Amino acid sequence: MATPLQSPITFSNVGKAKWWQRGFFASQTGYVLLALVALFVVMNFASPYFFTQGNLQNVAKNFSFIAIATLGVTLVIITGGIDLSVGSMMCFSAMVTSMVMTQISTPGMPGAEWFVHLAADGKTVIANLPGLILLISVLAGLGVALIVGLVNGFCIAVLGLSPFVTTLGMLSIVRGLGYVVSNGRGSFPGGPDADYFYALTSGDVFGMPAPFIYLVVLAVAMAVVLHHTGFGRHVFALGGNEKAAALTGISVVRVKIEVYVICALAAGLQGIIISGWLGSAPANMATSYELTVIAAAVIGGANLAGGIGGPLGAIVGCMLLEVIRNGLVLAQVNSYWQQALVGVIIIAAVLVDRIRSRVT
Amino acid sequence: MVTPYGAGLPVLELKGIGKEFGAIRALHGVDMRIFPGEVVGLMGDNGAGKSTLVKIIAGNFPPSQGEIRFDGKAVHFARPIDARAVGIEVVYQDLALADNLTAAANVFLGRELKRKLGPFAFLDHKAMAARALELFGELRSETRPDDLVKQMSGGQRQAVAIARTRLSNAKLVMMDEPTAAISVRQVEQVLSLIHRLKEQGVAVVLISHRMPDVFAVCDRVVVMRRGEKRADKAIGDSSPEEVTSLITGAKEVA
Repeated sequence: MATPLQSPITFSNVGKAKWWQRGFFASQTGYVLLALVALFVVMNFASPYFFTQGNLQNVAKNFSFIAIATLGVTLVIITGGIDLSVGSMMCFSAMVTSMVMTQISTPGMPGAEWFVHLAADGKTVIANLPGLILLISVLAGLGVALIVGLVNGFCIAVLGLSPFVTTLGMLSIVRGLGYVVSNGRGSFPGGPDADYFYALTSGDVFGMPAPFIYLVVLAVAMAVVLHHTGFGRHVFALGGNEKAAALTGISVVRVKIEVYVICALAAGLQGIIISGWLGSAPANMATSYELTVIAAAVIGGANLAGGIGGPLGAIVGCMLLEVIRNGLVLAQVNSYWQQALVGVIIIAAVLVDRIRSRVT
Repeated sequence: MVTPYGAGLPVLELKGIGKEFGAIRALHGVDMRIFPGEVVGLMGDNGAGKSTLVKIIAGNFPPSQGEIRFDGKAVHFARPIDARAVGIEVVYQDLALADNLTAAANVFLGRELKRKLGPFAFLDHKAMAARALELFGELRSETRPDDLVKQMSGGQRQAVAIARTRLSNAKLVMMDEPTAAISVRQVEQVLSLIHRLKEQGVAVVLISHRMPDVFAVCDRVVVMRRGEKRADKAIGDSSPEEVTSLITGAKEVA
C-alpha cells in the first residue's frame, strides 16, 4: 500500500525497508519458490522427460492430491494450531462418500427408492435424477468432515485442550470409526453416478487435471479471504498474539472453530478426490498423510509458532515435494531415498529462513 | 481537593470502590475523580492495588463494593468490551500488539474498515492506512502504517498502541507502565504522546514506577498503598521525596 504523498509526518529517522527486504521477497515462501525454480532448471537438464506434457500433468495431478488438504492445514497453522487428524479425515470422508453412493444406488436398500429405479430389463439401475446421488454422497462425506472439524474446534477453542493432543486423539478416533463402518474392507464408488464421480475427481478439463483446477480455485479464494477480509485478518492476529486478539474484541473461539472446520472440510474434499483417483476408498487410505501435509505446509513457509503462512506457500511446498519425488524417479534413484530427502528439505527450508532473519 | 478542573464535570468518578478476592482485600474505599484533559499518575508498590483498580475501571472484573460513574452516569462493566464501548481504553504493558501484522492492521484490529462488494465485505486497506497515518501524525510519531510491528522500536510500538485508543475517540486512556522497558529517547517520545492526548482533551491515567516520568507529565498524583488511596494531590504541591515515603509507608497519609 502506497503512503499518500501529502504525508503529515516526515520520516527523518525511520527508513523504509528495501523492496527485497520485505513482503513476499523476504519470506520463506519466496526462497522456497526460488529453490523450486532452480530445481525445475536442474531437472530440465537432468532428464529429457521432465518437461514433457505427460510428466508435467502427472506432477500437477500428484501434488494436487495433497495440496488441498495442505491449504486447510496451513490455515490452522497460521492461527498457531495444528491438525494431525487430516490423514484419517481424508480416508473417512472418502469412505462415507463411496458407501453412501453405493447404498443409495442399490435398489432395495432403505432410502434407495428415492434416488434410483430399475430399468425395464430388471437389471440396469437408473438414477431418478442424474447427479443427485453424487451430490448427496459428496455432501455426506463433507458432512462428517464438518462434524469432526466442529468437535476439534470445540475441544480446542471452548474446552481449551491443546491442538496437538486433541487432533492426535481425533486421528485415532476417525481412523477407528473408518474401520468400524467399513469393517476393515475398502468401499468402492458405485451406481449410476460413478462415472460422473470419476470424471469430476480424476478427469481432465482442457488438458488440466480436475484436482489441479479445484486447487487453484480454492487457493485463490483462500488468498482473498486471508488478505482482504476481516476473518483473514483475525486468523493472522490469532497466530501473532492470541491475547491481544482477544483484548481487541475478536471472537477468538469463533475464529478457531472456523479454521478447524475449514481444515477438516479441505481434508474431506481431498480424500474424496483421492478415492476417485484410486477407484476405491480402502480403510488404510492416506495413512500418515498428515505428516506429508504438515511437512509441505512448513516447507512452504507456514510457521508452526503461528502468524505466518499462505496458500502460495502451501502449493509451493507440495510442488517441491512432488518435483523431488518425480525427479528421483526420473533420475532412477532408489525411491527409498525420497523420504530421507524430504526430511532434509524440511530442516533446510526452516534453516534458511532462520539464517536470513538473523542476518537482517 | 482543588484542581484547575474542579469546576468541570469529571469524566470518571469512583465512589467507595472495594474489591475482595476470597479472604484477600485488594482494594478498600477508593474515591477518585478524573477530569477531561487531566493526566493522573497512579503510583504504588507492587501489590498496592493499582492493577486491581485499573482492571475494575477497564471492566476485567466488577468491584465488590462501590460505584463507577463515567461521564456522569453510573456504569457496570461485565467485559472489557463494555468499558471500551463507553470510551475507556487501556494501553497494556505488553501493548497487546500482533507482531506479524502491520501498524495499520494493529490499529484497526477488531474494528476493520470494510467495503461492501455484493454480499461480501472486503478490508478497505487504503482507508485504514490513511487514517492510521493521520493518527500517527497527530501523535507526531514517525511510524509507517504498512510497516510490520515486528520491526518497530519500542516508541513506535507505543505509538501504535496509543493510536488504537485514538481511533475510538476514547475519553479516558489508562496506560500501564508505558515507560518501563524502553530506552531514554523513547521515553521522551512516549511522554510527548501523553501530552498529545492531553491536548486533545483526553483524560490519562499513567501507572508508573518511574518518578521522573510522573513528575514530568502528570497534573496530579494518586498514591496507593495496601489497597487504599493514601494521597491525591497536585504535582506542584508534592515532591518525589514525599511520594516515595507515601509509597513505602514511611509517611502514612498526605
